[in-house]
Amino acid sequence: MPGLESLPMAKALNAGLRKAMLDDPQVILMGEDIGTLGGVFRVTEGLQGEFGVNRVLDTPLAESGIVGTAIGLAMRGYRPVCEIQFDGFVYPAFDQITSQLAKLTNRHEGGISMPVVIRIPYGGHIGAVEHHQESPEAYFAHTAGLRVVSPSTPHDAYWMIQDAILSDDPVIFMEPKSRYWPKGEVDPENRGQPLHTTAVARVGSEVTVLGHGAMVSVLLQAADIAAEEGTSVEVLDLRSLSPIDYGPILDSVRKTGRLVIAQEAPGFVSVGSEIAATVAERAFYSLEAPVLRVSGFDTPFPPAKLESVYLPDADRVLEAVDRALAY
Amino acid sequence: MSYTEATLQLLSPAGSLVESDSTAEYLPFIEQLGDGRLREFHRVMALTRAFDMEGTYLQRQGQMGLWVPSLGQEAAQVGSGFAMRPQDHIFPSYREHAVGIIRGVDPVDIVRLLRGLTHGGWAAAEHGNFHIYTMVLGSQTLHATGYAMGITLDGKAGTGDPEVDEAVITYFGDGSTSQGDVNEALVFAASYQTPELFFLQNNQWAISVPVSRQSRTPLYLRAGGFGIPGIQIDGNDVLISYAASRKNLEETRAGGGPRFIEALTYRMGAHTSSDDPTKYRADAETAHWAALDPIARFETYLRSRGESDAFFTEVKAEAADFAADVRRRTLELGVPAVDAIFDTVYSEPHPLIDEQKAWLANYEASFSEAEGA
Repeated sequence: MPGLESLPMAKALNAGLRKAMLDDPQVILMGEDIGTLGGVFRVTEGLQGEFGVNRVLDTPLAESGIVGTAIGLAMRGYRPVCEIQFDGFVYPAFDQITSQLAKLTNRHEGGISMPVVIRIPYGGHIGAVEHHQESPEAYFAHTAGLRVVSPSTPHDAYWMIQDAILSDDPVIFMEPKSRYWPKGEVDPENRGQPLHTTAVARVGSEVTVLGHGAMVSVLLQAADIAAEEGTSVEVLDLRSLSPIDYGPILDSVRKTGRLVIAQEAPGFVSVGSEIAATVAERAFYSLEAPVLRVSGFDTPFPPAKLESVYLPDADRVLEAVDRALAY
Repeated sequence: MSYTEATLQLLSPAGSLVESDSTAEYLPFIEQLGDGRLREFHRVMALTRAFDMEGTYLQRQGQMGLWVPSLGQEAAQVGSGFAMRPQDHIFPSYREHAVGIIRGVDPVDIVRLLRGLTHGGWAAAEHGNFHIYTMVLGSQTLHATGYAMGITLDGKAGTGDPEVDEAVITYFGDGSTSQGDVNEALVFAASYQTPELFFLQNNQWAISVPVSRQSRTPLYLRAGGFGIPGIQIDGNDVLISYAASRKNLEETRAGGGPRFIEALTYRMGAHTSSDDPTKYRADAETAHWAALDPIARFETYLRSRGESDAFFTEVKAEAADFAADVRRRTLELGVPAVDAIFDTVYSEPHPLIDEQKAWLANYEASFSEAEGA
């Protein structure tokens, strides 16, 4: 990239992948339809043309095969970046991700590293059919040996994908597919903050709201509305779901005394639940209200015409903000 | 599934060399072998069996949580194990003790795994590229295929230089052939024409389920459906195991694409020390296969070539010493430091793990302080 540029996230990811491939010849991309087609979301568009079929592999249609062979390639010294076409298609690879990839460094008593990135376009808002709108991050955050991150802006996407590829540990890279198209400024000179850190997306004083990926734009929208109504909301962008950078979360809660966590994923046994429990343990005397969660319902992701009911929007976030303030 | 007309064999169950049109292309690999190498085949089979028996005893005496015998499969493993070149990589399942021994794995490291001291046991790079065991059936076949894809990407197959060209061999069993991962590995291997040998040990039983439940067709025939040449061999014949593996490894190393060998053998023992095969196997069947014992067969062959009693006596003594040494060193094994739980979960620092490690250290220290007070 020449310099500061306004890009949609899909193109920012493309630029980040390209940069990583230029920087390290061991970086290879693998996935379904990622070569000639450039991926169903065009995130890898043009990369096979530039780097060749030996570095951008259109694989057979088998997710376990993609991740399992990526593990072997990593053992050989490669740094594979796998694309899972949609969130709901990751489960055929679940054994290879959770029992193999996540545990191989441990199984080798630290003797080998597993620098594999698994990119998963996740989440709703795109009106798609079943298995194409899910948020499966909790499964991976629950698994020791994996790291899980999710960018919310094109700038973060550009840098976080490069940082994920540089990581010697496996990284599950959750891409908010509904944010692939809105543009944002990307600065290729300014790396920004480290991969596994929480960011303050908007400063406020009365209530903290926290989320990741596509939820961050919903939270910023909610904060705008709240401001019009006279309430100052601080917005945190989680960015890293495993490990979680609690410093900025606890600092914010100590300031506001109130925390609302929002996520597209079902709330039961979720990343949001984990954060709520930890904040209660560590900032109990700072809390003016219980930590509240705004989540997808504990149902299957509904048919697309009902997704707006299922997915937390600004109104549902503000309803929780009001409840937090009412304590 | 027992031997059929398609089953390649160089050594009959009676221990004599079989010559046939179908095995003519394999014979040269045997003719190249000197007496020393043939003795080595016998020696490693005997050491492995002694180790195996010792493993069972140690488990019964409470020294291991589990033992996984390779009893009966020594010829399939020793033949293929000696067919590899030093630069080749092996991705085993969890029963390939003989191959591990050939490639330099200390059998006590296998004991450490089954004693509950580690989930791994050895570093492939320092042990003949013999990768650690995989407990989830078939998962390793994809790792092998990925590794072999890497060899191709590195240009280390098909150069024509036998010192440079590399191959991968992956071991799996008849039960594993029903797993999705094995089938996906065959698809990827065929697609990318990997330098890779799929070595199936069909030992007839997946714990209590016979191979007839896994497949209605001889398993080597499945390879053809993936576009991979497949053959079936007598897995209790160390000579055909060696020759077929040599030939197929040379072809795949030379860039000919993946190969598939089904070695018909028999799990003479239990699946593991937790199993009771008398509940599901007929005595007639075990007796049938006992008569096909791979070690006895090869001993008969060696004797027919004039090998002396002294050699067999010597190997017997060495095997007893080998097992005794494993026993002695097993009893000396300590328990890893508690930090091992935390230290290798990630390659890079991880705050949650660091925190829990520190918490545990403080927690444990609190008891010693209490005792001191």
